[in-house]
Amino acid sequence: MSIEGLLGRKLGTLQVFDDRGRLRGATAVLVGPCVVTQLRTPEKDGYTAVQVGFQETRKLNKPEAGHLRASGAGNLRHLAEFRVSSDAAYSLGDTIKADLFETGEKVDVTATSKGRGFQGGVRRHNFKGGPRTHGQSDRHRAPGSIGSGTTPGRVYKGTRMAGHMGAAQTTVRNLEVLARNDDEGVIFVAGSVPGPRGGLVRVRSARKVSK
Amino acid sequence: MAYELDALTATQARTDIPEFGSGDTVKVHAKVIEGDKERIQVFEGVVIRKRMKGLVSNFTVRKNAAGGIGVERTFPLNSPRIDKIEVVRRGKVRRKNLYYLRGLTGKAARIKEKRV
Repeated sequence: MSIEGLLGRKLGTLQVFDDRGRLRGATAVLVGPCVVTQLRTPEKDGYTAVQVGFQETRKLNKPEAGHLRASGAGNLRHLAEFRVSSDAAYSLGDTIKADLFETGEKVDVTATSKGRGFQGGVRRHNFKGGPRTHGQSDRHRAPGSIGSGTTPGRVYKGTRMAGHMGAAQTTVRNLEVLARNDDEGVIFVAGSVPGPRGGLVRVRSARKVSK
Repeated sequence: MAYELDALTATQARTDIPEFGSGDTVKVHAKVIEGDKERIQVFEGVVIRKRMKGLVSNFTVRKNAAGGIGVERTFPLNSPRIDKIEVVRRGKVRRKNLYYLRGLTGKAARIKEKRV
């Protein structure tokens, strides 16, 4: 273990053969290359981490450009910080690529999920809705009771109701790395990854590996 | 960011698979994993379907086993678990999916050989 993870982009879903020759549903994720842009040290920041940048952009404002000058990395679009093991020796300007992740390893993927807009309780919280028959009208997708009567005389905070759904940070844990394409810097993880195709994702080694 | 997803997995595609199509009789040498041992199992029969979908292409082989019971097995065309495929006989057929063979047994289920 050196650096914990990298930034990347979701490319889309497809099927790939895993190391046992089985065809598995997978998501292609472009990972890196990321450039080390800043080092966090125990002396200065109180912890050890590395800030990396991902993908070029045309324009940066002057403070952003000034921040990146030390690493000589060009105009980077996205910056993020990852923890590193204390023995890992990275220096400014180092490039880290997708081969950080091994085939068979488990990873956690964090991204912003697709926005669903304002959704009712049935879709947002898996409410059952009302009966479809027996004389029901206008109750098919109603949320039902939201609390008691005079006591307590109010609706408890956090009661699940209709509202805005999606477009929130979501992490999917323990996705297996099925295969890798080093020429393109792409890894294939089993299953699905939050967000749209082309969305920014954070890939890191799994924190809680199930046995 | 137009990535051609099929191109990303092109390295997994196999280039050693011979040409064959529906109606052909083939021997599929499949690798079977039993515990920690691996052996080759041969499945011979008529190809009744071949779906070309890039890496995930597959084909179905039908054979009539003992007792007049038909056995069908579908293989992914690019599977690393296929050792090799031998074409035994070219069949002359007029359609792509030979599902009509499922209703036929014995002599009626024969397919004429294609003369090249």
